[in-house]
Amino acid sequence: MTSKLSIRSAGFSYGEKEVWHDIDLEVGSGDSICLLGPNGCGKTTLLNCIHGDLKLKSGEIEISGRRIATMSVTEIARSMGYVFQEHSAMFPYNSLEVVKMGRTPHLGLFDAPSQQDTEMAMNVMIEMGIGHLADKRYTNISGGERQLVLIARTLCQDPEIILLDEPTSHLDFKNQGLVLETINRLSKRGLTIIMTSHFPNHAWLTSSRVAMMNYKGFIALGPAAEVMTEENLSQTYGIRVKVYQAMDGNRAINFCTPEYSKA
Amino acid sequence: MKRVETVPVKLNPAGDIIISGNSSCHAEADSLSWQKIALLTALPLLFFFVSLFLGRLFIDPLTVIKILGKNLLFLPIDKTWSDTLEVVVIRIRLPRAIMAGAVGAGLSISGAAFQGMFHNPLVSPYILGVSAGAGFGAALAIITDGSIFLLQIYAFIFGIIAVSVTYYISRIYKTTSILMLVLSGIVVAALFQGLISLLKYTADTEDKLPAITFWLMGSMGSVQLKDLPVALIPIVSGSIGLYLVRWRINVLSMGDREARAMGVNTEQLKGIIIVCSTIVSTGVVAFCGIIGWVGLIIPHVSRMLVGPDHRKLFPTTLCLGAAYLILIDNIARNISAAEVPIGILTALVGAPFFAVLLRKTRGGWG
Repeated sequence: MTSKLSIRSAGFSYGEKEVWHDIDLEVGSGDSICLLGPNGCGKTTLLNCIHGDLKLKSGEIEISGRRIATMSVTEIARSMGYVFQEHSAMFPYNSLEVVKMGRTPHLGLFDAPSQQDTEMAMNVMIEMGIGHLADKRYTNISGGERQLVLIARTLCQDPEIILLDEPTSHLDFKNQGLVLETINRLSKRGLTIIMTSHFPNHAWLTSSRVAMMNYKGFIALGPAAEVMTEENLSQTYGIRVKVYQAMDGNRAINFCTPEYSKA
Repeated sequence: MKRVETVPVKLNPAGDIIISGNSSCHAEADSLSWQKIALLTALPLLFFFVSLFLGRLFIDPLTVIKILGKNLLFLPIDKTWSDTLEVVVIRIRLPRAIMAGAVGAGLSISGAAFQGMFHNPLVSPYILGVSAGAGFGAALAIITDGSIFLLQIYAFIFGIIAVSVTYYISRIYKTTSILMLVLSGIVVAALFQGLISLLKYTADTEDKLPAITFWLMGSMGSVQLKDLPVALIPIVSGSIGLYLVRWRINVLSMGDREARAMGVNTEQLKGIIIVCSTIVSTGVVAFCGIIGWVGLIIPHVSRMLVGPDHRKLFPTTLCLGAAYLILIDNIARNISAAEVPIGILTALVGAPFFAVLLRKTRGGWG
């Protein structure tokens, strides 16, 4: 397996305050990794380091064999897309216009998207099932629809890797499902996905592997079925967690809940 | 990544997308229809022409056309008018109308670019302190008995110095944050305003103080025909620079972090926008004094007309800005026996107009 992304003995600190250390991760094409961990454990920081926005304190991060620190923003944008957790929609662009912006890393400084770029953007939207949003202002659509528009924009960059930071936060139940389904489809198409989540249950639904983090670094890394144990989950979040299994025909469905001390 | 087979997507002449089989849905696209394009180009031309025959000395439109034909196109037309009329049209009104149009267009496009860059519709071209700096330069030239030429040079140089200082202060950790730019702009503007006040305080109250005060109010009156090429260079070159990066400004208006994730070198792009906008606004202030509100209102109105896409927004602001300032200058020249400084009018007309707009759109952006 050739590595799309490899992280070797990476460490990061904000000034004196160490966030995590000794993180190793090899990700191949079509892999989908879910980062789980409590607030403030450095999941987003790790994504930012992978994206080259923050510099590691120690160790290396390579994208298809190239060190991230040596790549320009344009080169990074061609190989990696990033869907941020926060997006403040300010100007009322049409959704298609927003999706088209994903073509920017393939355009020169003075260029605007061509008819071909427009067609590609439209096709991505149609393929994702949001073609009907093309001429709607993206400030007027629902949060879930906007998240899909932003994912479509990322796809227009034609990247090999997509980073998603809490892609389902702020979304209602139905929209969470929509976004997770989209992420699954992308990973089946051979895209490498790295996402963070606050919902451990999403890891079972989407990811080929799960990286569980606490305040030092990874405590477990592997397929969801193997590492998402009560013990690991409890250690990750610092509370007691129960894992349940339900059978849907022959298919086992896992889910977990924190153990409440209800009187 | 596997490519899906292409679906033919139709585009109308204005570049808006038409999806087949989707015609029933209400299109929210901000289209630049032919009617809008015609109106936007006709408006500045109409006001431009009107300003040639309107004034203290009314000249009938036909004579104006004849004078223009003879003097600019060298047509063999019999001269049936006095030399005075010819001087008024060719040497006074024509350069003034051209300058008013260029100033309006320049201030509007640099305002629009800054609004995109700061992701805020309440930003004006003067936010980085260019007007205070140029005002100080002009006041300094007046105090030291400098010529008009020296005044323009001083104003231009100090306008650029003010923005450079703002930019330098805002640079932390090799990046330029929007918040830091705004705050440093306020600091630098306050500093130069203080210096202007100091110069005013020490100025001779008989002639220098009024000269400084009037200059700061802005005027189109000082533009001569021979100045015109020089005066237009900064406005035109800066506007061209902004127009070239119009698509990237769309991407930048999504926020710095998002723009970087889409492969935009945000520091470089912000540098280009600041340099081009500053060249335009300093050029304007150096020749015409401080003309406020145009660069704030016109981009706002244009965005209501054609939407936020800078590829449509820029041409629209150029046309509307030119038309608006030529109109205001006509009012300034004709409202009373003595000319009213244009800066006063842009504020007196602009502020209430903006208030009405804000009420009507409930603070909305589109």
